[in-house]
Amino acid sequence: MAETFDRVKKIIVDRLDVEESKVTMEASFKEDLEADSLDVVELVMELEDEFDMEISDEEAENINTVGDAVNYISSQS
Amino acid sequence: MNFSLEGRTYVVMGVANKRSIAWGIARSLHEAGARLIFTVASERFEKSVRDLAETLEGGEESLVYECDVTNDEAIIQTFENIQKDVGVIHGLAHCIAFANRDELKDEFLNTSRDGFLTAHNISSYSLTAVARAAQPLMTDGGSILTLTYLGGEQVVKNYNVMGVAKASLDASMKYLANDLGKRNIRVNAISAGPIRTLSAKGVGDFNQILSVIEERAPLRRAVTQEEVGDTAYYLMSDLSRGVTGEIIHVDSGFNIVSY
Repeated sequence: MAETFDRVKKIIVDRLDVEESKVTMEASFKEDLEADSLDVVELVMELEDEFDMEISDEEAENINTVGDAVNYISSQS
Repeated sequence: MNFSLEGRTYVVMGVANKRSIAWGIARSLHEAGARLIFTVASERFEKSVRDLAETLEGGEESLVYECDVTNDEAIIQTFENIQKDVGVIHGLAHCIAFANRDELKDEFLNTSRDGFLTAHNISSYSLTAVARAAQPLMTDGGSILTLTYLGGEQVVKNYNVMGVAKASLDASMKYLANDLGKRNIRVNAISAGPIRTLSAKGVGDFNQILSVIEERAPLRRAVTQEEVGDTAYYLMSDLSRGVTGEIIHVDSGFNIVSY
């Protein structure tokens, strides 16, 4: 899980151009990390590539925080 | 015959990120020696396009303009600026589409008037408005291309209002080809098979659409950005000098299959 978090964090920092310290499990993409809806779709696609998995539209809609993403990815591997 | 695009300038509209088909087109044209100009819908995309352009050799000097295709004056202004900065252009790739995401799933029957008009405004009418503004810059003749999709010819699940807009885009492309032919400007469309782009992800169950292609298309695989880019290169080059008003399917052959 810690390793997954680090990989997710790296993608978020790259894509959203945010400080590493802001990327916590509780951080919300839209509110805390100032991602717009296109950023979120881009992030989901980056995560699909990084973890070689498919995230369905319904599942993607439930990903609101960094923790949601990390937990979802961990539950699939 | 010389198929290089050296000494020619092309406008690429609609790069959003590295996955964009427009970016695949830009890379192919760049490799063929073309000078590129980019337009973006808003400031939001400017940085990512500049960052991408910088990855091309000599790309640091690429010009990036903002062009809101829903605004006629903004379109005219953009092309006036391009004319001032570079003079003549030899072609243009229109890679622009938009529909409300909630109308790219479930039934087409529920399409709202606003949603219908928005999709047609941005995805279809913009080609005509842009062609009108760009043609005075194409004094050596030129090639305009747009991106369409099978969903404009046949019913594709979830594509809905965007399919209807693509049908309108296809017809616009043909009428423009007829009008601009006398000025030696060709107008064509590429109908790409599904590619994992930001726009495509807005279509419901996109991953499933992709897996059907891998199963049933004659080539048994999806197409890549590069393959679409190389067809764009063909359409921009003199290789295609006798081709206008055409829809070229770059889709692993999927459009011929009906089982």
